[in-house]
Amino acid sequence: MFEPFKVEALSTFASDIDGVIILVTILVGFWFFVAQAALIGFCIHFRHRDGHKAQYIAGDKKSETRWITIPLALIVTCDVFIAMADGPVWKKVKEHRPEPDRIVRVIAQQWAWTFVHPGQDEKLGTPDDITTTGDLHVEVNKVYHFELSSRDVLHSFSVPVFRLKQDAIPGRTIVGWFEATGTGTYDIQCTEICGIGHGLMPARIQIETPEQHAAWVSERSQTLLASTTSLRAGQE
Amino acid sequence: MAESAPATHDDHHEPSGLIKYIWSTDHKIIGMQYLFTGMFMALVGGFFAYAFRMQLAFPGVDIPGWGTMTPPDYNALVTNHGTIMIFWVAMPVLIAAFGNFLIPLMIGCDDMVFPRLNRLSYQVFLLSTIILLASFFVPGGAFGGAWTAYPPLSAQSTYNLTPWGAPLWLLAVALEFAAFLMGGINFITTTMNSRAPGMKMHDIPLVVWMIVLASIIFMLSVGPLFAGAIMLFFDQVLGTGFFDPNRGGDPVLWQHMFWFFGHPEVYVVLLPAMGIVAEIITVFARKKFFAYTPVLYTTFAAGVASFTVWAHHQFIAGIDPRMAHIFTVTTLLISVPIAVIVFCSIATLYGGSIRFKTPMLWALSFIFEFLLGGVTGIYLGAAGADVYFHDSYFVLAHFHYTFFPIAIIGTFAAITYWFPKMFGRHMNETLGKIHFVGTIIPFNLIFIPLFILGLAGQHRRIYSFSLFPDLAKPEFQDLRVFATVSLLVMLAFQFVFLFNFFSSMIKGRKAEKNPYDANTLEWTTESPPPHGNWSELPSVYRGPYEYSVPGRADDFWPQNEPS
Amino acid sequence: MRPVANTRSATGIPTARLAVWWLIASEIVIFGGLLASYIMHRLAHDAWSQQAAYTNTWIGAFNTLVLLSSSLSAVLGHKAADEGNGQKAAKMLYFTMLGGVTFLVVKAFEWTSEIQHGFTITSNTFWSFYYSAAGLHAMHVLAGVIVMGIVAATAKKNEELHRVELIGLYWHFVDVVWIFLFPLLYIAK
Repeated sequence: MFEPFKVEALSTFASDIDGVIILVTILVGFWFFVAQAALIGFCIHFRHRDGHKAQYIAGDKKSETRWITIPLALIVTCDVFIAMADGPVWKKVKEHRPEPDRIVRVIAQQWAWTFVHPGQDEKLGTPDDITTTGDLHVEVNKVYHFELSSRDVLHSFSVPVFRLKQDAIPGRTIVGWFEATGTGTYDIQCTEICGIGHGLMPARIQIETPEQHAAWVSERSQTLLASTTSLRAGQE
Repeated sequence: MAESAPATHDDHHEPSGLIKYIWSTDHKIIGMQYLFTGMFMALVGGFFAYAFRMQLAFPGVDIPGWGTMTPPDYNALVTNHGTIMIFWVAMPVLIAAFGNFLIPLMIGCDDMVFPRLNRLSYQVFLLSTIILLASFFVPGGAFGGAWTAYPPLSAQSTYNLTPWGAPLWLLAVALEFAAFLMGGINFITTTMNSRAPGMKMHDIPLVVWMIVLASIIFMLSVGPLFAGAIMLFFDQVLGTGFFDPNRGGDPVLWQHMFWFFGHPEVYVVLLPAMGIVAEIITVFARKKFFAYTPVLYTTFAAGVASFTVWAHHQFIAGIDPRMAHIFTVTTLLISVPIAVIVFCSIATLYGGSIRFKTPMLWALSFIFEFLLGGVTGIYLGAAGADVYFHDSYFVLAHFHYTFFPIAIIGTFAAITYWFPKMFGRHMNETLGKIHFVGTIIPFNLIFIPLFILGLAGQHRRIYSFSLFPDLAKPEFQDLRVFATVSLLVMLAFQFVFLFNFFSSMIKGRKAEKNPYDANTLEWTTESPPPHGNWSELPSVYRGPYEYSVPGRADDFWPQNEPS
Repeated sequence: MRPVANTRSATGIPTARLAVWWLIASEIVIFGGLLASYIMHRLAHDAWSQQAAYTNTWIGAFNTLVLLSSSLSAVLGHKAADEGNGQKAAKMLYFTMLGGVTFLVVKAFEWTSEIQHGFTITSNTFWSFYYSAAGLHAMHVLAGVIVMGIVAATAKKNEELHRVELIGLYWHFVDVVWIFLFPLLYIAK
């Protein structure tokens, strides 16, 4: 039943994030059901019946308050576990960046995504850079850094299959990273409201095998080369 | 040592009719004005929800009552739905309406300490309401940059394309803040100084404490945002660059100002709702509130702690990633005081003699539903998990599971409970229960599908998912339709409430002074209370929750009854 | 038609004084937010000191002196009101109002000159903060002067003398805000 709603985990940190989510589910889920069971149980057991008078409990004796303090101590313990599990994951996703194999530039604007990929020289900022709109091409099992910027308002670069999300802020370049672990084509979302076209700026990420990616780069380089040559020919 | 009402009340000529209603300084009438304005705005906000949910379920359809929806329409509707439900429904109803109505009645005095300031507060609030509604009819339409109004989108009309809507929205919100600051000063000083003789700190009913604490939290958190609103307003209309990165400004600054207020604001509306629940469960379980004093101090702690968690709204907003660890810890810790209050509410039921009248059903369902809202917050507090959930439908479902219990369930609990005191008549119990079932079940059926969609990566504030292949699958659309249909059912059942509310006001069964055998002072005067509240102001001899005291024939012991 | 509620005092502090303290508390966070934003921006932009160099420290210092002296007469007014001398209290409040008006007039000349030199609210974010913070403060001075006029008029008839103290409290607050604004906007260059 939930199969269509499963989001694949295709980055090296996706399963870590899923791990935090599962841990939280178990720990808070337990307390959720305990509290609901107490609520419903009390409601049924202590419903009004003729001849039964309610008890007088102020809740100021130790024997009474321990029903609150002991669960609280356990909840704090659960909080500590969650924080301990969460810290390293956050560090891995956002703080510690492994050395990049490749760098791409991601530029957000009202209302489109522009991606700048390195060309065959594997370097950004050279004439053979491949610029696309709405299509990000990456190679599987390679560490990528992205340099995220915005031309106008806030946007947010979100790739659900990577469990990756980062706001883009005009005037700043924010660097993040990912490493894909599987291939396929998936959605890229803008997850920060950016004006009337917020829902109309979709993009796709194409995660490719090394062969596919090399083929794509060389094909794009050919067209790039062809267009520059014809441009030059036209000028002459 | 009861004081008698001053002679001025007798020779004070009561103007009649509408003038009396509009120009009254009586706290009860000002409370009603807030209540009715809030209920009207709830209808507006509900209509907006209906319109944009229809668009999501049936994209491009001609929506009855609205027409075809465009992306600017959609953004304006979601923005103002959020703004209205928080600032024009939750706050005016829970704090202003019930605060005004209940505080003088529950602490045993004849009015607020500054009645004319109180009236001014409502008038400024009304003005803000009119401005907000007017923003839908200006060139460019209403503001559509989300209720958080992040600049640069909100600051420059070249980006948001609402040159009039955005400043009017901001002006309305700022005036609303000013109205609540005035009201808050009244609530705080009245409770501090004007309690009935004999009423000590620990004899104050919890709902009064909660409204006062909420007013203090509001007052201390809204300042920076008020300053931010001035700066943003200047950016919008004068062309300054406070939040413009191209001119030395910083857009993230607004986010800090907004959430420094925005998170405490959750507690500003949560606390009164929890206070209402506390009053109702003690009366209908015939129980003393479990651990009154610790709960009170825990609430202080929660109020202080609420000022330390704001940046968990900004984990991925470009703040220094190392800060996230601190805010994860503070956010997890604030679950503790809230858990205390919820657990003590549940513990109050232990050993009770529970009567399931309509107000009690609402109060119990508040705890039931709020628990789910509370635990789903832990996911978002953990920075790692938040990377995935931020700005998804999971967040949306989470805060609706907190705000719906607060603003809607809490309000219905309060209205059904205090209706006899407000209007001197009883509401119909059968219709009340039909309305309860017809609201609670569809509510869960709306938002549980949205949790699933959020887990599946569906992001917020999107006009149409047709451009996102991963989200445009038919199974996803089925859930959206299911949620929308549930909403339609829920909205339809609200007519049952409106009918019950207005017909009971006119021809409901007459209410006696104290229909629930409750202890608190508002039940010791006539229903509805006269101008001046009591012919002889009461004195207080004990705490508010002395129910089922051993050795007494009655299972209640009013606060004003000499021992 | 003052309600009984207004005549009670469970804390022992007069209700009106409590209210003024809460008003001041809510104002502190408003100015606090504005000044904290300014300080954060200022620390991030060294270049602002060149803009700040154009502000006139001597005019700022003169206005500081004027405000401080006007607070003194507010204190003397309070003392007179405590002694039940409404006439004298009103006179002292008139001196304070004179100080407030002087402050505003000097400010008006100062701003006119700055605007004529091209430093408007939109020229630079330093100037945006300069006009916003000082402008918000000036609005408070203006409001204080107006309310003080009303208080003085009733005090003169020996009525509502407790209000002299309340408006004084507010005036001291306005004064303290300026004590923060003056070094931040004028002295730090």
